[in-house]
Amino acid sequence: MGGAAETFYGVIRRQGITRRSFHKFCSLTATSLGLGPLAASQIANALETKPRVPVIWMHGLECTCCSESFIRSAHPLVKDVVLSMISLDYDALIMAAAGHQAEAILEETRAKYKGEYVLAVEGNPPLNEGGMFCIDGGKPFVEKLRAMAEDCTAIIAWGTCASWGCVQAAKPNPTGATPIDKVITNKPIIKVPGCPPIAEVMTALVTFITTFGKLPELDRQGRPKMFYSQRIHDKCYRRPHFDAGQFVEVWDDESARKGYCLYKMGCKGPTTYNACSAVRWNGGVSFPIQSGHGCFGCSEDGFWDKGSFYDRLTTIKQFGIEANADQIGMAAAGAVGLAVAAHAAVTAVKRLTRKPGRVAQEK
Amino acid sequence: MLDKSPHALTAAVAADAVRSGRSAERGVVYVYEAPVRLWHWINAAAILVLGLTGYFIGSGIPTMPGETSDNFLFGQIRFAHFFAGYVLTLGFLFRIYWAFMGNPHAKQIFYVPLWRKSYWREVWHEIRWYAFVAAEPKKYVAHNPLAQLAMFFMFTLAIASMIVTGFALYAQGTGNDSWQYMLFGWVFSIWPNSQDVHTWHHLGLWMIVTFALIHIYTAVREDIVSRQSIVSSIISGEREFRD
Repeated sequence: MGGAAETFYGVIRRQGITRRSFHKFCSLTATSLGLGPLAASQIANALETKPRVPVIWMHGLECTCCSESFIRSAHPLVKDVVLSMISLDYDALIMAAAGHQAEAILEETRAKYKGEYVLAVEGNPPLNEGGMFCIDGGKPFVEKLRAMAEDCTAIIAWGTCASWGCVQAAKPNPTGATPIDKVITNKPIIKVPGCPPIAEVMTALVTFITTFGKLPELDRQGRPKMFYSQRIHDKCYRRPHFDAGQFVEVWDDESARKGYCLYKMGCKGPTTYNACSAVRWNGGVSFPIQSGHGCFGCSEDGFWDKGSFYDRLTTIKQFGIEANADQIGMAAAGAVGLAVAAHAAVTAVKRLTRKPGRVAQEK
Repeated sequence: MLDKSPHALTAAVAADAVRSGRSAERGVVYVYEAPVRLWHWINAAAILVLGLTGYFIGSGIPTMPGETSDNFLFGQIRFAHFFAGYVLTLGFLFRIYWAFMGNPHAKQIFYVPLWRKSYWREVWHEIRWYAFVAAEPKKYVAHNPLAQLAMFFMFTLAIASMIVTGFALYAQGTGNDSWQYMLFGWVFSIWPNSQDVHTWHHLGLWMIVTFALIHIYTAVREDIVSRQSIVSSIISGEREFRD
């Protein structure tokens, strides 16, 4: 894993890059950034002296799909991220150490890099029964999370679990699984939702933090603006079919074969903020809509509890039956329409039967 | 407008006479001022367009044949929806302005005197009237208390929430740096998943459809049964009491 104090320069020298090449790189970077002649030596100095960002990667209640995604990043390659850019001091999944040896690293990092390390959390802590539903290293994960969060600079909440709660927080949520920002409230938290998040989004975020030494700008929901400012719908390559009014009506119909818009099949692209339609998956090969299936909205809050994946409206359970807004609304409007008709009929009958009396009264 | 004041005076007298149970002369009251009438019909047209286009936007249209670049029907339906949405919103803002500038009746749809005991007594009387229990309706110059209740909750609040959720959803297209997002983005702090905002927006549609049904039915019914003008009043602005 490498010591956190090691600099970028130290790492690339170890990987066989000469000092001459390193200086060439620094000059080139300074020139391409349009900086003055002294900048090259400043960049070199920074890369030689600035220690790499120590990262602690913890796993709570999760399925490891975030890590699975992360290790498949193509730009940058995950090996460059893990071995050169950051100092991944602890990650139970891919670290060599195990048991007490591994747990000791946590304490060591916490003491040595107090207020300097980044805490990356995959999954979330269950809070019911004192957190007993997720035991990690002999104690509840929530305790470990709180302890490590105390001395970190910032938290990266990987995936929908850490950001929103995801499947383990779906109703009735027996374990009390709770997203990170509801447990840790005194640290900057970057939400990177998605089930899993896109590999390149994950590594790009790490790259941003290590390169600029600061956190990216976040939106209202705490997601990095650079990846979550637009919906799947806004960048969807099938968008022209949406605007034209060309929709897939049933799976495998003529429109499906022509690759028309999946809106009527319940595609959640119009309500989902993510970079899938721009960055795509597996090194830019494809994404769900390109493969002929609508978006699930996996990076959105409570996506398991919003009814069918093939319906664009949330199922409303308050009425005792499972129905969506349109069904309920139509039933209500229909009932009122019938009531109006009945009322009109009664009014008419009353009027007809009252007429003689009224005439008599007027006389 | 100046010549209306004597009218209003006699009207008030007539209305009082009717309310106190005495028979009154045929009275004519000027209730709905020209800006209110104009707003009513523009608003009605906007709601009609919004309701129809909104339904199509929500459920989709049959697939258009031919080349994609030859078609823009769904885009046009959405444009009509957004255009009518702006008309409705500007109209609503104007109507709020007119609540302050117009006659006292212009304020009526913006509040319900829930705290007033006499109000509830009159609502109860209206309920009895509509349940065919009360023999005679009370006469009101403007909306009756039950109508005011329905107007406020099913129309004013419903339209306001449709404007808010509508612009929030519109902001998803115009982007996070748009003024729509600046003004209405807070909606997504309440419902982080915009699918819920869609759901509320759909429920709002059906609320307004239901309102329109009741509104049109009672207007026509009371015009016939209550011995006073209702339907022509929103055209001429004058309410005529027929006995």
